[in-house]
Formats: sequence, C-alpha cells, structure tokens
Amino acid sequence: MNKVQNNRAWWLVLPMFVLVAFSAIIPLMTVVNYSVQDIFDQNTAYFVGIEWYQEVLRDTRLHDSLLRQFTFSFSVLLIEIPLGIAVALTMPKKGWQSSLCLILLALPLLIPWNVVGTIWQIFGRADIGLFGWALNAIGVDYNYTANTVDAWLTVLLMDVWHWTPLVALLCYSGLRAIPDAYYQAAQIDRASSWAIFRHIQLPRLKSVLVLAVLLRFMDSFMIYTEPFVLTGGGPGNATTFLSQTLTQMAIGQFDLGPAAAFSLVYFLIVLLVSWLFFTTISHMEKDKSDG
Amino acid sequence: MMNWMAWTIPTASFFVGIGLILIVMTIAELKRPTIERKGLLPIATTRGDRLFIGLLSSAFIHLAVIGSSDTDIWWAFGISVIWVLSLLRWG
Repeated sequence: MNKVQNNRAWWLVLPMFVLVAFSAIIPLMTVVNYSVQDIFDQNTAYFVGIEWYQEVLRDTRLHDSLLRQFTFSFSVLLIEIPLGIAVALTMPKKGWQSSLCLILLALPLLIPWNVVGTIWQIFGRADIGLFGWALNAIGVDYNYTANTVDAWLTVLLMDVWHWTPLVALLCYSGLRAIPDAYYQAAQIDRASSWAIFRHIQLPRLKSVLVLAVLLRFMDSFMIYTEPFVLTGGGPGNATTFLSQTLTQMAIGQFDLGPAAAFSLVYFLIVLLVSWLFFTTISHMEKDKSDG
Repeated sequence: MMNWMAWTIPTASFFVGIGLILIVMTIAELKRPTIERKGLLPIATTRGDRLFIGLLSSAFIHLAVIGSSDTDIWWAFGISVIWVLSLLRWG
C-alpha cells in the first residue's frame, strides 16, 4: 500500500518556529553581531573582527570560571542523579502517602531561585541560621563567607536540595510506567532487588534519565541567581561561575563585545556537551535494542 | 528598523551562508532522502547529523585557532570547509 504524503501538518509547527525565532534565533544573531564589534551605544559601533574572541579565549579569569563551572556541574550530576533515583525507589507507590510525598518533593521546585539563595544564606549563618549554628555547636568551624570549602559545600547542598526533587519526580514517573508483568516475571525467577533494579528498572528509566541529565547539566551550567545571592561569588572568586563572570563583564563593565564573544563560546560548550550526552545515551539504548 | 541588531557585512554573509546550506540540504532531502549509515564516525548518522557535527566541530576549530595562535582566521575557515565536506562524504 502506498503511503499518502501530506505535508500540510508542517504548518502546525509555524507558531512554534515564530516563537523560537523571537526568543532564541534573533537574539543569538544579535549576539553574533555584537561579538565582532566594539559597541558604544545603539548608533555607535566599530567592527573589530576576531579581537574579542582572542581576548576572551586567552583570559585566565574566564579559564578559572570555566573550570569551576565544569567542577560544579559534574559534582551536581554525580550527586543528584543517584540520589534522585534512590528517592524515587523508596517512595510509596500508591495511596495518600504517595500524593503527600509528591507534594513535599515538589515544594523546593516551586520556590523562586533568588528566594532559595536567601533561604540558604540565612540557614547557613552561624548566628541566626539553624544549619550554621548547629554545625558550630557540635564543634565544626563552619563559615561559608570566609572558607572556600564551606562555600562550595553550601552551594552544592543548596543545589542538591533545590533540584534533586526534579530528578526524583522524573524517575518516579518512569518507575510507575513499568508494567507489573515485568515484576511478576522477576518474582517467578526469584530475582533479587538488586537484579530487578539492574535489569528492569534502570534500563526502563533510561529515557527519563537522559532528560534528567540534560536538564540538570544545562541548568547547573548556567546557574547564576542562587550562588550570587548566597555567596556573591566569594570568598574571593571561589564560587564565581561562568554566568556571573559574564554578567560582570556585560552589565558591570558594559563590555558588550567581549561579553557577546564569551556568550557564544559558552553557548557552544553547552551545545557540545548536551549533544555528547544525548548521542551517547541514545546510541547506548539503540545498540542494546539492536543487540 | 534592524539597527538594534547591529548588522555587519561579515556576520550577514555568515548567516546567509548558513541559510543557503540549510536550503540546499532541504532540497537534497526532497530529491534524495537520506539513509542512515556508518562511515568514519563511530556512530550511524544521517546527512543532517553529519552537517550538524561538521558545523559544531568547525566552530571549535575556529576557537582553537583563535585561542592558541595568531594564525590568519582564513586558515581555520579553509580547514573547516575541507573537514565539513569530508565529513559529509565519508563521515
């Protein structure tokens, strides 16, 4: 039977295309234009070619920020993904307990980012914050405003508290989608809980995990508000991540040209890493289904 | 009207080039639909995948040349063109 070709459905994509054009493509084109010019104001700009790229690619301040950013993003992924899976596995499967768990888990996700920063800023203080006070009371010399390690731990803990629920909720939905027949077959085979997790749950969670890893990588790689409110990038530059360096450059110093060049480098890194994650995981899945 | 976008001739040419590549790829797809195949790259790719990989890696070739040396940017461009064409053919 010949399949009827009808491409009229493409028109349905048009509104989305217009939206993406205005929210992403046109701003991106503008950033490309700014990155090759010295911008003074709306009517005064001088073409400088690749000068800003040379400047930002050789700037050690940016290299340090990039290193901190990768360290932060990979630490966040290493903690949040296994923890999110563990939380989802231990959640009740039905009844009012499961609804309660879902609501409690979703709460941190509903809090605006700047408020999360403020909550943790107060929470971590040794004089009035419960966390900081408790640590100091048991003899731990904790001060996130003066100690680099403490600042990093607090920023990491804050992100884990804020975003692990997202991973857990995604995994929970993935786990609920596994048909009972799989568990019944495993029971007949007397499979251990580890074997069930390794051979049934984890493979079936792969697609939601791809989504979780991608979302968490992109989000953590572009993090700005929370560490800015919590530590202001300090002590020194210890928690100054890429987006904060970029904002200082673009808004603080009004260096629009270098900031635009750097934004494009930043964009390309996010694009490359996201593509690598996506391709690796989707090909692993494909190889498994082929084999 | 487009003054706020601060257009320049080189950047406009760049986007026109990308637009032309996409138009040519669309026509090629309509005339001869792509078949996923495995070439030099470790994964099976379609024509569009190879173009995406080629363009993304070209961007990094340019950044590597600009960041590590004072070589003329046209060298990076030349290397990138050869790289993208090779990738489309044998990738």
